[in-house]
Amino acid sequence: MSLSKETLMEMYLRMNHARLFEEKVAYFFSRGMVHGTTHLSVGQEASGVASCMALEDGDLASLTHRGHSQAVGFGLDINKMMAELLGKETGYCKGKGGSMHIADIDNGNLGANGIVGGGYCISVGAALTQQYQKTGKLVLCFAGDGSANEGSFHEALNLASVWKLPVIFFIENNLYGMSTPISKHMNITDIADRAKAYGIPGIIVDGNDPIEVYETVNKAAEGVRSGKGPVLIESKTYRWLGHSKSDAQAYRTKEEVQQWKEKDPIARLKKFMLENKIATAEEIEAVEEQARTNMENAVEFANNSPEPPVESVTEDVYA
Amino acid sequence: MEMKEMTYKDAINLAMSEEMRKDKNVIFMGEDIGLYGGAFGVSVGMFEEFGEDRVKDTPISEAVITGAAAGAAATGLRPICEMMFMDFITIAMDNLVNQAAKMRYMFGGKAKVPMTLRLPAGSGTGAAAQHCQSLEAWLCHVPGLKVVTASTPAEAKGLLKAAIRDDNPVCFVEHKLLYKMKGEVPVDDEYVLPLGQSDVKKEGTDVTIVTYGTILHRVMEAVEAVEKEGISVEVIDPRTLYPMDTETIVESVKKTGRAIVVHEAAKTGGLGGEIAAMISESEAFDFLDAPVLRVAGLDTPIPYNRNLEAAVAPSVDMIKDAIYKVMNR
Repeated sequence: MSLSKETLMEMYLRMNHARLFEEKVAYFFSRGMVHGTTHLSVGQEASGVASCMALEDGDLASLTHRGHSQAVGFGLDINKMMAELLGKETGYCKGKGGSMHIADIDNGNLGANGIVGGGYCISVGAALTQQYQKTGKLVLCFAGDGSANEGSFHEALNLASVWKLPVIFFIENNLYGMSTPISKHMNITDIADRAKAYGIPGIIVDGNDPIEVYETVNKAAEGVRSGKGPVLIESKTYRWLGHSKSDAQAYRTKEEVQQWKEKDPIARLKKFMLENKIATAEEIEAVEEQARTNMENAVEFANNSPEPPVESVTEDVYA
Repeated sequence: MEMKEMTYKDAINLAMSEEMRKDKNVIFMGEDIGLYGGAFGVSVGMFEEFGEDRVKDTPISEAVITGAAAGAAATGLRPICEMMFMDFITIAMDNLVNQAAKMRYMFGGKAKVPMTLRLPAGSGTGAAAQHCQSLEAWLCHVPGLKVVTASTPAEAKGLLKAAIRDDNPVCFVEHKLLYKMKGEVPVDDEYVLPLGQSDVKKEGTDVTIVTYGTILHRVMEAVEAVEKEGISVEVIDPRTLYPMDTETIVESVKKTGRAIVVHEAAKTGGLGGEIAAMISESEAFDFLDAPVLRVAGLDTPIPYNRNLEAAVAPSVDMIKDAIYKVMNR
C-alpha cells in the first residue's frame, strides 16, 4: 500500500473541492452568472483527482473540456479557477479562457481543451520535451471516450509509441459521447483494446475507485519514466449530470444514473478510510468542512475580483 | 558583408543548421527529412550533422507533427517542422488553428509557442490539385499565427532565422519553384531579417505593385518591359504577410497614386482583396488615380496539363496589361 494517510486526506480534500466546485458552477449557471457553457464532471472525481495525485512534482498534464476535477486534482488554485469561470481578471486566463481553457503552463498544466482529442498531440509534444531534455518527467494526457474516434488519437498514440515518449493516455470512458452511447460509436467495449494496435499496454481501471486509479497510474508511471514508452489507461466512469447545460438527457434512464450514483467515488474513499481506520469520522468531517470553507472563499474571491479591462482584449495575441 | 552564391533551398538549410548549432532547443521534425533529406532535398546533410534526436523523421501524420510541435514549443523547445507540401496543412489545421495559434491568448498570455512550420507551396511543378496550392490567405486569417514568405535565397535565410527565433507560431511559405534559384547569400550567422517589414524591391513613381514569392520575379520581368515604355513602377514585397507592414505600401501609393496586387493564390478571398481594402481605408485613398487592381490565380484547382497549369497563375502579359490599365494606356 503506497498511499499514506496524508496523501489520502489530500485526495479526499481535492475530490470534495471538485464536487463542490461543480455544484457552485451549476448554481451560477442556473442564476445566469456564468457565461457560455460548461461541462461538469460530477461523479468523475476519482478519475480526475486520484490520477493526478499519483504524479510527481514537475510532471505535466493536459485536460479535457470536462476538466474541472482534473484541474483540481492537478493542484490548481480553486480561487483562480472560480475567478476564471466568472470571467474575472484574476482567473487563470485573465477571463479570456473560461471553463474550457483553464491552464497553468508555468506549472505544467497544459490546459483544458475545447476540441475533443485536442490534447493528444500537445501532450505528445510536451512529452518530447521531457525526453529530449532528459527531465525524467511525464505527461498525463486526459481524454474522453469520444476522442478515441478522432484522427489525433491515432496519430498521437502511434508517434508516442514509435518514439517511446513519456506520456500516459488516461481516457475517461463515461459511456457517452455527448448523447451517443459508446455502443453506437465504436464496435468494441473497451477502448483499452486499441492500445494493442500501437504496441503499448492498455489497462482498464474502475474509474470510480480512487485507490485503484491512484495505484494504476503510479505503477504505469514507473515504466513510462524509465523509457518504456507510453501507456493507455481506460478509466470506466460516469458523469452524473448532463453533457452541458442544455441537456435533457433523453438518451439515458434515471435508473442508470441512480446505479452510478451508488458508486459515488467520494463516498467510496470515505468508506475506505473509515474501514481501514486510516482516519476517524471526525477527521473526515473536518476535511469536508474545510473543503466547504475553501469553496466559499473561492466564490468570494471570484465575486470580489475585477472584470478584465476592455483594453485587454487585444493583449496577448502574440508573444 | 561576405556573400556566397547558393540556391534558395541551400539557404533554408543553412538557416536551420545555423540556428540548430546556436540553440540546442531547436529541433527539426517532418516526413522523410532525415537520411532522405526531405522531399525537395532541403535538409540534405542535416541528419548526418545533428543526429536523429534533433532531425526527427516522423510517421506520415501531419496533425501530430504540428500538434507535437506546439506542445514541445509550449514546454521549452523551438521546433521547426516541414510539411512535405503546404496542401497537407489541411490535416494539421486543428493543431495549428485551434491549438498553436490560440494557446497564448486563451491561456491569458502565459504560453509561448515558438514553432516554425515550413510550407512548400505553389504551382508550376505539374503536381496538380493536391500538391500545388497557395493557401497563405487562410493562415493570415487566424490571429495568433504569423505568415512569412521569401522571394530570394538571401531573404530565405534571413527571414527563416527570424521565424525560428520568434516566440510565436510562424508559417513559412516557400514557393517550390524558387528552390533551385541561385543568389548571393550573406554568410554571417547573425544575418537575420526582421519580421513585419516590407522590402522595396524597386523604386518607381507611377505605379505601386505589391507582390511576393515566385510571382515577384514575373512582376520584375513585366516591370522591365513597361519601363522601356516610360512607365516607372515601384515594387514592394511585404515578406511578412501577417502581420503586414502596411505603412510602406500606403506611403508608396501616396507617391504613385496607383496600386496593383499580384499573387499566385486564387483571387477570391486572397490577400489581394485584403491589401486593396487596406489601401482604400488608408490615407492613400485620396491619392488614388485609378481603382486598385488584383492580378491573381484563377478561382480553380490547379490542373495537371502544362498549358492549363500555366493559365491558372498570373503571367507576365497579365501583369503588363494591369499596369497599362491603371495607367489608362
